[in-house]
Amino acid sequence: MLGCAAVPRISFTSSLQRHVSCPTEQVGGTTVREALEQYFARHPQVRSYVLDEQGALRHHVVVFVDGGQLRDRSGQLEPIGEASDLYVMQALSGG
Amino acid sequence: MSDRIFVATRKGLFELRRSQGQWRIAQTSFLGDPVSLVARSPADGTLYAALYLGHFGVKLRASSDGGQRWDELTAPAFPKKPEGLEDTLPDGKPWPWRVEQIWALEVVDGTLWCGTVGGGLFRSKDRGQSWELCRGLWEHPLRKQWFGGGTDLPGIHSICPHPKNPNELVVGVSCGGAWLTRDGGEHWEVSHGMHAEYMPPELRENPATQDPHMLARCAAHPDRIWAQHHNGVFRSDDAGSRWVSIPESAPSVFGFAIAAHPSNPDIAWRVPAIKDEQRFPVDGRVVVSRTRDGGKSWEVLREGLPQEHAYDLTLRHALDVDASGERLAFGSSTGSLWVSENGGDSWMQLSAHLPPIYAVRFA
Repeated sequence: MLGCAAVPRISFTSSLQRHVSCPTEQVGGTTVREALEQYFARHPQVRSYVLDEQGALRHHVVVFVDGGQLRDRSGQLEPIGEASDLYVMQALSGG
Repeated sequence: MSDRIFVATRKGLFELRRSQGQWRIAQTSFLGDPVSLVARSPADGTLYAALYLGHFGVKLRASSDGGQRWDELTAPAFPKKPEGLEDTLPDGKPWPWRVEQIWALEVVDGTLWCGTVGGGLFRSKDRGQSWELCRGLWEHPLRKQWFGGGTDLPGIHSICPHPKNPNELVVGVSCGGAWLTRDGGEHWEVSHGMHAEYMPPELRENPATQDPHMLARCAAHPDRIWAQHHNGVFRSDDAGSRWVSIPESAPSVFGFAIAAHPSNPDIAWRVPAIKDEQRFPVDGRVVVSRTRDGGKSWEVLREGLPQEHAYDLTLRHALDVDASGERLAFGSSTGSLWVSENGGDSWMQLSAHLPPIYAVRFA
């Protein structure tokens, strides 16, 4: 049906919204990394909040793909489906 | 004399202003977020704040209106680690090429210099829009001997520019010694003369593994630099090439913070503590040590400071002196803040309830 094509979607924890604008958006790509890169191309300031300078997921950041936790933290090469939901949140740590 | 103090804490940045003889908190920024350092450009008054967002990494913000509005700058970051390059710490663990924290921030003749936990020294010539790793220091073979002191990775905590020659800098590394460049960062030499009694005998004088906690340079006599080292106090009389030991300092030689008088090279202040695992004030009494004779003797200043069951520890960036040399301020890791308006002779407590204080800077 026109207008309802399934595409992956990325959303972010509200605790990141406090620091940088990161609205939920639809993206393309076949891996988590490709989806993130598409998002960062539109919102370049978000990159350094999620990835470190070596391209790895920050130590205290986790990504859920359709409810399962991303395991390839350095490359984020895990495949995603056409209608995958990616959710970026912080690991819980004290303070 | 300066009427403004910025206090960077674990839960925000506080600005204190003096008005009609009273110091009050006039402005807060980043409440709830850790601010590791604050710096002010002497040329245009721009404020820079270094944040460490536990989950989301190191950030750098700038304000051109005195702290009302902050804009995000690019934070310093390492280049991509080359494929296949093995870079390890002395204990064999991988050296991650990652900025863990901004630990030194100075504006020198329009250039921003930034030292980091992670071991990188960075500079920006476009006011924090982009950064360049100072490869002259990073690629020096002795860098591989550095190790972390209290942190997993070594860190550059002090950047002391020569006031008359912006190409001449001395930086302090924990644990990696003091380093000197005379050509704006192309070439570096490690300075000699520090020693570390706590190391195995054969390593005690290795200049590249010393643990200077903080360096402070006299602005008017830049050959004079003070070092509060893990082992005690050292002094350089030749712009950081060599260090001489100051063997005695009341009431103890240990501490983190040290401040140099801006015009009198023989005056310095420090906030001592018990060495070296306990790290609280001797006998539970908060004091400031002051020398006025180049380190030969030290006065213990205690008027206005708590003298009973006080366990305030002052971290390396949490003591500052203003351009007059008369006003000083220091804060503690338990959230107390004091100011002196007479060179340290007496002190007033401005707060006992701030978050843990990382850095204190007059502006």
